[in-house]
Amino acid sequence: MQKPPFRWHIVVFLAPAVLVYTAVMIFPLFNTLRLSLYTRIGSDRIFVGLENFQNLFGNPIWSEQFWNALGNNFWFFLIHMLVQNPIGIALAAILSHPRLRFAALYRSAIFIPTILSFVIVGFAWKLILSPIWGIAPSMLDMVGLKSLFAPWLGKEEYALTTLALVSVWQFVGIPMMLIYAALLTIPEEILEAGEIDGITGFSAFWKIKLPLILPSIGIISILTFVANFNAFDLIYTTQGALAGPDFSTDILGTFMYRTFFGFQLQLGDPHMGSAIAGAMFVIILLGVCIYLFGIQTRMRRYQM
Amino acid sequence: MKHKFLTLALAGTSLVATSAYAEDITLTIESWRNDDLTLWQEAIIPAFENANPGIKVKFTPSAPAEYNAVLNAKLEAGSAGDLITCRPFDTSLLLYQAGRLADLSDLGGMANFSDVAKSAWQTDDGSASFCVPMASVIHGFIYNKDAFNELGLAVPNTEAEFFAALEAIKADGNYIPMAMGTNDQWEAATMGYQNIGPNYWKGEEGRLALIAGDQKLTDEAWVAPYESIAKWNGYLGDGFEAQTYPDSQNLFTLGRAAIYPAGSWEITGFNDLADFEMGAFNPPVPNAGDECYISDHTDIAMGLNAASPNSEAARTFLDWMGTSEFATIYANALPGFFSLSSHDIEMSDPLAKEFVSWRGKCNSTIRSTYQILSRGTPNLENDTWNASAQVIKGAETPEDAGARLQAGLATWYEPQK
Repeated sequence: MQKPPFRWHIVVFLAPAVLVYTAVMIFPLFNTLRLSLYTRIGSDRIFVGLENFQNLFGNPIWSEQFWNALGNNFWFFLIHMLVQNPIGIALAAILSHPRLRFAALYRSAIFIPTILSFVIVGFAWKLILSPIWGIAPSMLDMVGLKSLFAPWLGKEEYALTTLALVSVWQFVGIPMMLIYAALLTIPEEILEAGEIDGITGFSAFWKIKLPLILPSIGIISILTFVANFNAFDLIYTTQGALAGPDFSTDILGTFMYRTFFGFQLQLGDPHMGSAIAGAMFVIILLGVCIYLFGIQTRMRRYQM
Repeated sequence: MKHKFLTLALAGTSLVATSAYAEDITLTIESWRNDDLTLWQEAIIPAFENANPGIKVKFTPSAPAEYNAVLNAKLEAGSAGDLITCRPFDTSLLLYQAGRLADLSDLGGMANFSDVAKSAWQTDDGSASFCVPMASVIHGFIYNKDAFNELGLAVPNTEAEFFAALEAIKADGNYIPMAMGTNDQWEAATMGYQNIGPNYWKGEEGRLALIAGDQKLTDEAWVAPYESIAKWNGYLGDGFEAQTYPDSQNLFTLGRAAIYPAGSWEITGFNDLADFEMGAFNPPVPNAGDECYISDHTDIAMGLNAASPNSEAARTFLDWMGTSEFATIYANALPGFFSLSSHDIEMSDPLAKEFVSWRGKCNSTIRSTYQILSRGTPNLENDTWNASAQVIKGAETPEDAGARLQAGLATWYEPQK
């Protein structure tokens, strides 16, 4: 009996990805977590254990900002879940309709904003919504609804929702594409079998297609969650690091940036910033775990 | 074969070595003034390079809002330029204390600056200077002369006259009385609160008393400016809550607004854009006959990266910055950035002359939050931005704003506890 030779090729093929991933993801992540356990006093770096986290959650100067940012983040996520994903699914369902003409054109048009830079999207929308030069007030004026216009980005009560909707506009193409792909994998036979049993049109969507694409919807939800809790760019480009008005658009990303790198006269505090980054990491990890163990394992899958 | 390769390689390195030897020293300048790129490239750098052959200078600015973060990261990584444009006070002081900026106390050109000019870039005890002062900016109001003539308005001297003028412009309806928004927050604090404030807290007197702990932000002198800017609300354009800084600049230079709460740094840009005649007036005093105060803020200086390999050449450059040649080029190319050197400089821009003339009739001070008071958390400067914007929007009363800032300051600043 000869011992099977060690399969070197596995190691060789895995090595590049493992090395690159370790260098650019795993090492910085753990180093950031390590950094959060220190603080700087004078010019010395001192190990303080969990004091930064204690400060973050216990000291009102920090905790108020943290809870405000976390709450805003949840609202940001909620808007995406309630607006972006249902619209994405609806668009995909319409696009996958066999008799729709110009489907490819619509598909590209809706997907294009996704590939635009945040900076472009941020500035374009800031201009559109500008009370001075924007086309939003004049367009509302044309249909006689000028009274509905408000300087949305400058009002505490609307700013975050407005930005969330801008982000929805940008990213609605992603759930649409994923669901569209999932819908295409549903075999014709199943739909035809349903038709024979009298299930057509809308009820075919609700009773056959939707249960079959549920796993994809789950994946989209978790992708939305991770992306939203890591969000930063759009808020930063439109509202700046102080996330005005009155911190009403401050999310964890901007809070972390402001703390880590400093802003104007406020000097950067990498250690406190790392603590916030650590908290963000834990929140995202928890969310993903809840999904993986609580939802995905219970989801029913159908053989197609 | 191998031998031949080695010779080739050696020849190659020696070639590289000689060419590096013959090359000029290149100094790189870090700055947040990306608006000044052409000025540096077309006026300052050629003037210096002509006088100092063998030294080349490169001006590499980054975006103002990101400058501090970018600079810190570059210094940390050792990739920062040789010359560092210095923000005033603590930002630069900490860089010096961390050994990032070199001590320039012994630099010859330093003799051309007054102690006040140097104060923003010195250690607290004044023993070491680490940046060569370049310029200060003065706050005030720029106005559209055509609009004022049209409406028969005179330049206001007192707060009452100021609001009467705003009311008259509003009643006429052709112009937005004042161009300012609260979207970016800093205009509210810098062009609002810090602009008119010195008249109420009596300039240096109040500022130093606040640092010493003898006055509080809840005192009348510190709340009154908030009460005054709270009244601006009715005179700003529609939707000023979402109006950004560039929006305000454009509104004014397009001739749609009559008054612009300004810093003198706007002069260059406005001269290029506005096709009407502009004038300026200093912040109106509360009551007729009161002494006037202006914010003449030490704003910009240049220091030497302690890790620079070209420190000799860099010192030559910094020394040159103390000459009247540099001061004249700078002050005239950038009207609105007023030289801090003791040279007597002839300026040609009428608007800049108007601004600088206030130095003669009013008392100068600097922004109240900049020295020492923004060292802790919460940061007083950032909080002042927020409070000023909130007060102008009417979302917070002046008293509440003062109380909130005082409470924040008292959490960490010993003399205010």
